[in-house]
Amino acid sequence: MIRFASLAALLLLWQIGASLSDPHRLPGPVAVFEKIYEEAVSGALFSNLAITLARVAAAFALAMSFGAAIGYAMGRNRLADRLLDPWVVTLLNLPALVVIVLAYVWAGLTEVAAIGAVALNKLPNAIVVVREGARALDPHLEDMAEVFRFSPAARFKDLVLPQLAPYLAAATRSGLSLVWKIVLVVELLGRSNGVGFEINMAFQLFDMKLLLAYALPFVALMLGVETFLVQPLERHVSRWRRGVSRRLDRV
Amino acid sequence: MNDTSHAGGAASLDVSIASKDYHSASGWPLRALEDLRLTLPAGKAGAVVGPSGCGKTTLLRLIAGLDKDYVGRIALPEHGRLGMVFQEPRLLPWRSVIDNIRIAAPHAREEDIAALLDELGLAAHGSHFPRELSLGLARRVALARALAVKPDLLLLDEPLVSLDAALAEALREMIARLIDERRITTLIVTHDLGEAIALGDRIFLLSPRPARVVATIDVPTPRGQLGKEAAEKIEAQARAVYQGENSHQGKSSPR
Repeated sequence: MIRFASLAALLLLWQIGASLSDPHRLPGPVAVFEKIYEEAVSGALFSNLAITLARVAAAFALAMSFGAAIGYAMGRNRLADRLLDPWVVTLLNLPALVVIVLAYVWAGLTEVAAIGAVALNKLPNAIVVVREGARALDPHLEDMAEVFRFSPAARFKDLVLPQLAPYLAAATRSGLSLVWKIVLVVELLGRSNGVGFEINMAFQLFDMKLLLAYALPFVALMLGVETFLVQPLERHVSRWRRGVSRRLDRV
Repeated sequence: MNDTSHAGGAASLDVSIASKDYHSASGWPLRALEDLRLTLPAGKAGAVVGPSGCGKTTLLRLIAGLDKDYVGRIALPEHGRLGMVFQEPRLLPWRSVIDNIRIAAPHAREEDIAALLDELGLAAHGSHFPRELSLGLARRVALARALAVKPDLLLLDEPLVSLDAALAEALREMIARLIDERRITTLIVTHDLGEAIALGDRIFLLSPRPARVVATIDVPTPRGQLGKEAAEKIEAQARAVYQGENSHQGKSSPR
């Protein structure tokens, strides 16, 4: 309820701001929603959103799988950690824009370069978070698994993964918001479709209606993924933490 | 009753550790075990008793194969399938009671697991998560898990510690019954001589660090039905051994 009121207040503020300024600089909500409808009917909105979403998914999957594997190895193996740590720190501090431009220069204005650049930007963050998780694995449980001769599959599924889950969830959250933002930059610099490309067009044409007509559905899509995918997944993996004092049995 | 370290019977567990050192942060080696020998016939329960911090848990870790950095030889029972109950239950907190058992014993039949839960009074707790259990219940789950693998050697590390007297008593009886019925070769580590007398067919007294077996006492069977007099005799024997060990302090040591 409060969230809705807050959202309504934002819309109201927007309307007031729009009515006080030049409609070319800040179009009102009604004009923007009309433009969204127009773009939706033409199909351009959905195809661009879908293209951007696909790039986000690909870059995210790449960064998370490599990041988790490398982070796990670094957290478990001191040699790997000492060997790779300088690389990770370098990558962590390399500006996203530099990675993107280099990727386009070296690999051309291709899809591979675009997705690779985004993944590379997210990679060090995933590594660092998963490395923390791998360092925090409980040695007592590991001993237990050793005594009971857990199979490699059981070790992974029942011992390691549940302990890494909170770290993977954290990396997912911070990672998704990072990837979303960088994908737009990549599209703006070197792709001919997607939300980032459309926003660049709007900027060139100084069409603020078009810019907002892409920005707002994009924000809504991000919120949707967060609310309907990330959060339920997080709740699912941490369900064993709840219901602790549901029953207090004595022997 | 005798203190010979090698009574008859085919040795099932045969431990002979020349030395086990820890390397402290300052680089000084810290000797935990020295010249420690013990043998346990198949199907019997041995109880390792010693002052706290003397290296009992270290010994169990070596036998369990969790630490291979020692000089000596450890021969496990045939097949060498281990079941172990750690001091803390060490259950997977993200799996239910029954899944904890299934994961550790993937080849156990469902009806065997159900029967085990029933026997240990856990039938109502199969779907609970470990966090919902009291320590006493969690220990029993750990015991069920160790039994579910049908171990050739069962290791129990202070199975009754931190339980109040009534619970400890109940669990002690349960353990005694289970290892008797199944004739599992069992090694129990405890700081409590009374517990050792109640659970062990053979008692190994350990010296303070570096630990070695200073006396082996065979408890006359049937175990657990020992008269008060016989139990006191064993206690007196243990006390005498410890007094000898403590370089003749001359005071009566607490039990």
